[in-house]
Amino acid sequence: MMAWIALVLVALMLGAAVLVLLFDNLIAAIAAASVVSLLLSLLFALLAAPDVALTEAAVGAGLSGAVLAMGLRRLGLINLGKQEEPDA
Amino acid sequence: MHKLASLLFAMGLAALLIGLATQLPLGMTPMGVGQAILERAPGETGSANIVTSVVLAYRGIDTLGELAILFAAATVAGLVLAPSIHAESQARTKPRDDAGLVLRAGSDLLFPLLLAVGFYIVLHGHLTPGGGFQGGVVLAAAFFVSFLARPARQPSHVGVVLIEALAGAAFIGIGLAALLGGGAFLQPLLDQGTLGQLVSAGSLPLLYLAVGLKVGAELSGLLAHLAE
Repeated sequence: MMAWIALVLVALMLGAAVLVLLFDNLIAAIAAASVVSLLLSLLFALLAAPDVALTEAAVGAGLSGAVLAMGLRRLGLINLGKQEEPDA
Repeated sequence: MHKLASLLFAMGLAALLIGLATQLPLGMTPMGVGQAILERAPGETGSANIVTSVVLAYRGIDTLGELAILFAAATVAGLVLAPSIHAESQARTKPRDDAGLVLRAGSDLLFPLLLAVGFYIVLHGHLTPGGGFQGGVVLAAAFFVSFLARPARQPSHVGVVLIEALAGAAFIGIGLAALLGGGAFLQPLLDQGTLGQLVSAGSLPLLYLAVGLKVGAELSGLLAHLAE
């Protein structure tokens, strides 16, 4: 049973990782990268490593997505506030 | 084309790792240290969470190195991605609006919850999974959410830097106190107490509190810096 859950998780992770490469929208690619980390943290929890799972969920799924998005915005590759600017 | 190349690279790396993994004996530990630590850690450090006893007691200097690496990474990221003078003058002339109602209401609800969860994870690091690094990231997320909702009301830079510096100094100070007491650097101090109690494991909770505050201050400072 556990092997099947792990297999599904790994398959989903691989799918999300391929999506990171295929997405043209950078925000969508960051979200897909966060999905990889989230599924990986589930896998760690399944493997009885709650400490690592917690780190992966906090850093990989949460923080790194925010840092990537902010960094890309700072480099001018994405514009998070595009719709609001004409009003301002 | 380069997407295909990176896909091929990733597949080659995966094939290499799978090839290596099939060569290893499954379920056999290559070193005997793990078993020895599992047997001795609860008695020696008084920490119910064995991962914490390894991170802070047996490998305390590695944790100090980890903090130093994180500090260097955050500093360099802030330096490389610092706002240019031009963008800064633009931002000063344009008044910063609050985010929408949904984000503001959500952040008001989430902020105390995230703060409580973060401090819970930090302070229970020696009892349950988690600790300073994980809890510190949750604390940073709490401040980042409130910063996203209200960009105008940002945390003071001086306060963030002060918390970070004091927490880092406290970590090294506890290590030096052990050294002055005749032990090794970062050797656990104080009474171990009863296994599983909140106040137990000697100085390990204090060390994790210092780690949590340092990581939280550092990362919230970095995120606020990037978001400016």
